[in-house]
Amino acid sequence: MSASMKRQKQDLTALGEDYATKYGFHDPVDYFHKGAKGINHEVVEMISRMKKEPKWMTDKRHEALDIFFSKPTPQWGNTKLLNDINYDDIYYFMKPIEEQQTSWDDVPEYIKKTFDKLGIPQAEREFLGGVTAQYESQVVYHSMRDDLKKKGIVFLDSDSALVEHPDIVEKYFSTVVPSADNKFAALNTAAWSGGSFLYVPPGVDVQVPLQAYFRINAENVGQFERTLIIADKGSRVHYIEGCTAPIYSTESLHCAVVEVIGLEGSYIRYTTIQNWARNILNLVTKRASAHKNATIEWVDGNLGSRLSMKYPCIQLIGEGARGEILSVAFAGRDQHQDAGAKMIHAAPNTSSRITSKSISKANGRASYRGLAKVYKNAENSKVSVVCDALLIGEEARSDTYPTMEIDSEKVSVEHEARVSKVAEEQLFYLTSRGLSEDEARLLIVNGFMEPFTKELPLEYAVELNRLIELEMEGSIG
Amino acid sequence: MSEKTTLFEFKNIHVEVENTEVVSGVSLTIRPGEIHAIMGPNGSGKSTLSNALMGHPAYKITKGEVCLDGQNLLGMTADERSRAGLFLAFQYPLAIPGVTVANFMRTAVRAHRGRDADMTDFRKLFKSRMEELEVDSSFATRYLNDGFSGGEKKRIEILQMAMLDPKMAILDETDSGLDIDALKIVAEGINRFSNNRNGILMVTHYQRLLSYVKPDYVHVMMSGRLVTSGGPELALKLEDKGYEWVETEFGRKAETR
Repeated sequence: MSASMKRQKQDLTALGEDYATKYGFHDPVDYFHKGAKGINHEVVEMISRMKKEPKWMTDKRHEALDIFFSKPTPQWGNTKLLNDINYDDIYYFMKPIEEQQTSWDDVPEYIKKTFDKLGIPQAEREFLGGVTAQYESQVVYHSMRDDLKKKGIVFLDSDSALVEHPDIVEKYFSTVVPSADNKFAALNTAAWSGGSFLYVPPGVDVQVPLQAYFRINAENVGQFERTLIIADKGSRVHYIEGCTAPIYSTESLHCAVVEVIGLEGSYIRYTTIQNWARNILNLVTKRASAHKNATIEWVDGNLGSRLSMKYPCIQLIGEGARGEILSVAFAGRDQHQDAGAKMIHAAPNTSSRITSKSISKANGRASYRGLAKVYKNAENSKVSVVCDALLIGEEARSDTYPTMEIDSEKVSVEHEARVSKVAEEQLFYLTSRGLSEDEARLLIVNGFMEPFTKELPLEYAVELNRLIELEMEGSIG
Repeated sequence: MSEKTTLFEFKNIHVEVENTEVVSGVSLTIRPGEIHAIMGPNGSGKSTLSNALMGHPAYKITKGEVCLDGQNLLGMTADERSRAGLFLAFQYPLAIPGVTVANFMRTAVRAHRGRDADMTDFRKLFKSRMEELEVDSSFATRYLNDGFSGGEKKRIEILQMAMLDPKMAILDETDSGLDIDALKIVAEGINRFSNNRNGILMVTHYQRLLSYVKPDYVHVMMSGRLVTSGGPELALKLEDKGYEWVETEFGRKAETR
């Protein structure tokens, strides 16, 4: 058995038996375009030319690549893993099939099988308004209900959006997360491919949640999806994104950028559950801008990956804007979840709430890294931050790095941080009712997660509980 | 006494907590249909005994035997003891935030019946048990013991007992924290549970629950030992004379035994 196979096997054992069949499957793919490894200006030019992009986007990619080269690797979070990334050993673009499919029947069988295992068609049938599913770098399947289309809602993969609605993309692309924001955002801007684009016209209430499903399916593929969501004045929308990745034996980089813009009086909820394979480095920049009286909510669940560094941010830039971030991170054996939230109050009468929950088990490590910033002009603003950590076992680790920068005097600030252990007394109470220790621990963990789970659509809540159950199996070992 | 007529029996139990012996050689036999009470002052070892019998990992039974319905409980974990038919109503039930009473109850009943058991009757059973104990239906969706008053917690303990229908129930200070109305409801619940096949052991400081749930036998515990036993009249005598009387009468016996 090769070293990589051994490691893969260890991963599987650690995850519970049926993880491999449910999430670890991967299909042999004869990649249509499998470019060379590594990134440089030629690769960027090739990506842009193949997508037939307008010049401004090509220029933006090149500019971002220079920024990527010039920016040092961040020296915080998990320095060791970040410094070890070999950018020359990563494919930056692949395209599994030549033409994008328009109906489910046209999607090739092997890709369908993958999505079937993830339950997408069923999810769509049951309650979803539209599906954008990303397989590698290109979106292979996309559909949306006709009535949504009639309302003028644009829900596309980002590549198609650039072709069909170049003006909207140009107006908002990179306005919330500029290329120079950080090294990984720059890399994404240079190499981006796929992701979701959503535009909701003024006053439109999208009553069904819109969903996209992402997945990484090849070894050493960097996935650089780019998502842009715009809710125009007075509109309402709930966007859901779920991620699962199969298990692979060498490091894989996921480096996404998500930009969310809520114009005056709009409401956006962005729900995501990410369950990456245990070797993936998940370095994501997610940021939203809330204009006057807009409300933006992130509901963000993080499981799996080797390392996740992810700090959803909401900039409250208009008077009366409201932001809420509810996040859960689960750090299992050998995992590091460096997650958190950022709230920037830059206008008066803005309010925000951050609720961060983390669970660490075995030698897993969960860090909360957060920022609440209130600018001088943001009078009468309210900030509330609650961090709640649950430790399972003696080796588990939790750190909190909360930063508060309050420059305005008329502000109400609440901050609470709690670290609790699954207590022996709680376990005894539950086991005295016939539950095994594993069942008791799982019940306590599910209870701890409940404030998060109850915000999810039912089938996501069920799926999350299943994932947690798999993660908790043999949690003491 | 023949094996058949014994439901629950422990012999010469010694219990250590953090390397200190708290219970020193306690024995008791309970036959089907019997209600026993162990009374004693604070610190006499009553709660330690209850927890140790249920299998609390911090309360170590260093010596003795415990048998329920012919099964040896020692060596079993708490969940195995529960599934073998033992129940402990806690003096201080713990809160499990985020877990609703209904969800918890369903999980516990399933643990008893087996993973693939039929649960179709659960909802109806749960509803009728709640009604019997006058537990408001809103409690089904509240988080277990989270923000409950002392009385509410005790009532939910009895609800759990009624749902799990154990062979043998140990009730640890179930009367504490109850006002008179709640006490009556809880007592009714205990009496309803009691039948000629199961057994009840009430562990209590005060006599007042015993006015509503009549014990067949009363035992007095002091300094980790049972010092005397009698009928229900012993409880009244204790109420009347206080534990000082026991101390005078049996204190030396407890010391020297």
